[in-house]
Amino acid sequence: MMNEINPELLRGMTRSRRDALRLFGLAGAGLGLAACGVKGTKAAPAKQSDVQKYWNGKTKHGHVNFANWPLYMDKGRTPLKQFTKETGISVTYREVIQDDPSWFGKIQPQLQANQSIGYDLMVITNGVSFTKLTELGYLVPLDHSRMPNFTKNAGAAYKNESFDPDNVYSVPYQTGITGIAYDPTKTGREITSLADLWDPKFKGKVGMLSDVQEIGNFGMMAVGVNPEQSTPDDWKKAGAKLKEQRDQGIVRKYFDQDYIDALTRGDIWLSMAYSGDIFQQNLSEGSNLKFVIPKEGGTIWTDNLTIPKTAENPVDAITLLDYFYRPDVAAQLAEIVSYVTPVPGAKEVLAAEAAKATGSRKKTLQTLSDSPLIFPSDADYARLHHYRKMTTAEEQQYNAVFQQITAG
Amino acid sequence: MRRRLAPYLLVLPGGLWLAIFFVLPMVVMLSFSLMQGDVVNGFQLTWHWQNYTDSLSAYDDQLIRSLVYGLLATAACVLLAYPAAYWIAFRGGSRKSTYLFLMLLPFFVSFVLRTFSWKFLLADDGIVLGPLKNAGLLPQDFHVLATGFAVVAGLTYNYLPFMVLPIYVALERVDPRLIEAAQDLYAGRAQAFLRVVLPLSVPGVFAGVLMTFVPVSADYVNATVLGGTNNTMIGNVIQNLYLVNNDYPQAAALSFALMAILLIGIFAYARALGTEDVLEVAAR
Repeated sequence: MMNEINPELLRGMTRSRRDALRLFGLAGAGLGLAACGVKGTKAAPAKQSDVQKYWNGKTKHGHVNFANWPLYMDKGRTPLKQFTKETGISVTYREVIQDDPSWFGKIQPQLQANQSIGYDLMVITNGVSFTKLTELGYLVPLDHSRMPNFTKNAGAAYKNESFDPDNVYSVPYQTGITGIAYDPTKTGREITSLADLWDPKFKGKVGMLSDVQEIGNFGMMAVGVNPEQSTPDDWKKAGAKLKEQRDQGIVRKYFDQDYIDALTRGDIWLSMAYSGDIFQQNLSEGSNLKFVIPKEGGTIWTDNLTIPKTAENPVDAITLLDYFYRPDVAAQLAEIVSYVTPVPGAKEVLAAEAAKATGSRKKTLQTLSDSPLIFPSDADYARLHHYRKMTTAEEQQYNAVFQQITAG
Repeated sequence: MRRRLAPYLLVLPGGLWLAIFFVLPMVVMLSFSLMQGDVVNGFQLTWHWQNYTDSLSAYDDQLIRSLVYGLLATAACVLLAYPAAYWIAFRGGSRKSTYLFLMLLPFFVSFVLRTFSWKFLLADDGIVLGPLKNAGLLPQDFHVLATGFAVVAGLTYNYLPFMVLPIYVALERVDPRLIEAAQDLYAGRAQAFLRVVLPLSVPGVFAGVLMTFVPVSADYVNATVLGGTNNTMIGNVIQNLYLVNNDYPQAAALSFALMAILLIGIFAYARALGTEDVLEVAAR
């Protein structure tokens, strides 16, 4: 490009400062615009040969960086400490993921530039961000020969989920339910239905989630639509319903993870919520919040352990990933986070421990192993909806509808 | 030859700095604002000017709200900062630097952390509002958080030192003998202030307004932490478009539009105030 520059202009550079600056600007503009767009790097689905190609020659480094969501492990990080003791691999654990789209937005430029994001293992919910990560080839295809615990212990339903058949890129960390959490002392009554979120009696005391997938699903269920099979018209209907709730001043705020603190402080009385958060908050803060799957239904999602393609310590990451599939570790984690565990064997471990334990711990363990929120019954599963799969074009349309609500 | 090149060599470090850290990002952003596409399939430069009209018409509410919040917070800053700066400059005596240090002390704590602490202090049933409500002084459903007031107050609180410092510098320079001279000429205290001190401190106020209004209008932390459903500012929208939707073109278009509006505003303001050249004041 430089040889295209007019020689007169070059001569002028030594003559007048203004010209020199102009030249500077022009060259800069040329550089920037010459890029003419940013290439997408849509990748073909991984094949078995890709697995070998990636994993060949990779070795253990003795350290792993793990990016997770808040309230997804106990404050003492017990399972990780035990992992370090058993394997000699130290873990840097950070609860840096607040919601999937923002996390994707943060790591996308680095992954595109083939740079490390600083994490070797990260937890991504099934949904549009997960789809984008796989489509762009940003996730490492997993070597199942390095995952004996997963092969042996994972529940059948978790070995073949629709968003990642045969677990090419991911295995579930935990599965959870989005429903309603509330403080019964403030609401003064039991909350059972989505209609309670629209009750003018709770004006300014209702929290909704800002995640468009979650809030969209709740809007659709409130107007009687199954989110999985929804159409753009349904989205508009749901949008109108949510707008009504917003315009009447019923919604206090559209929250990300901080809804839990607002609920505990009493700034809001009831809120859309993730099942396990509430149990953990009650345990750690001594709050008395309740969680319910509304009678119209709730959503079920899976948070997945994935390895980004630029991971520096992939072998250590896959070792940790597999470690979570030991029934005793899964039981320990279930006791800590109170989400749905992908390891059915954990139920027996919990029951066995409950039989051994005494006092309040016995009661806690018994409640956990009997809890429909950790080991849901078939009737519960029937009421729970999965996220809808979306193309990028559909997603843009979908976002446009629901962000009108959340970004007022 | 060497003499002819010397000025350019001298300007080179600064020029390179500007080129790399200002011109280049701007050009990249400008080209982004004219692209179409999505993050999976890539973005193409199609000179899609509709990005500007689309994003402006979709988010005009938030843009206007940001400018209004910016003006309110800036005005509040002037009202609070002027007396404080005046007091330090004329009554501070030998402790001036201590007072200035105290003014800057909050900066030693993270901006986000300070904003968050307000959230705990002003919680609906928190340590301030809880007792007042229990005493029956406030209605039960009264709340400060999640209102426009909370956001503007947060902005004012966070950017106050940016206003105090330039005003202080201007007042510091006022020669006390001028005030004495005014009083010799039978000006009362108020007259002396209005006719001597105030006009001399205008450049400080001017610089303070610039240093506050621009970042305040583009702020998004306060609206995120202290705001509710109807307090979203343009910074939040841009952040959301960029990080959540990965809609880089619209985010870039909106950023450019915001910058243009602020620049036009600043130059109009400079002309209206008419004291000095903008650059001259900014250079102080």
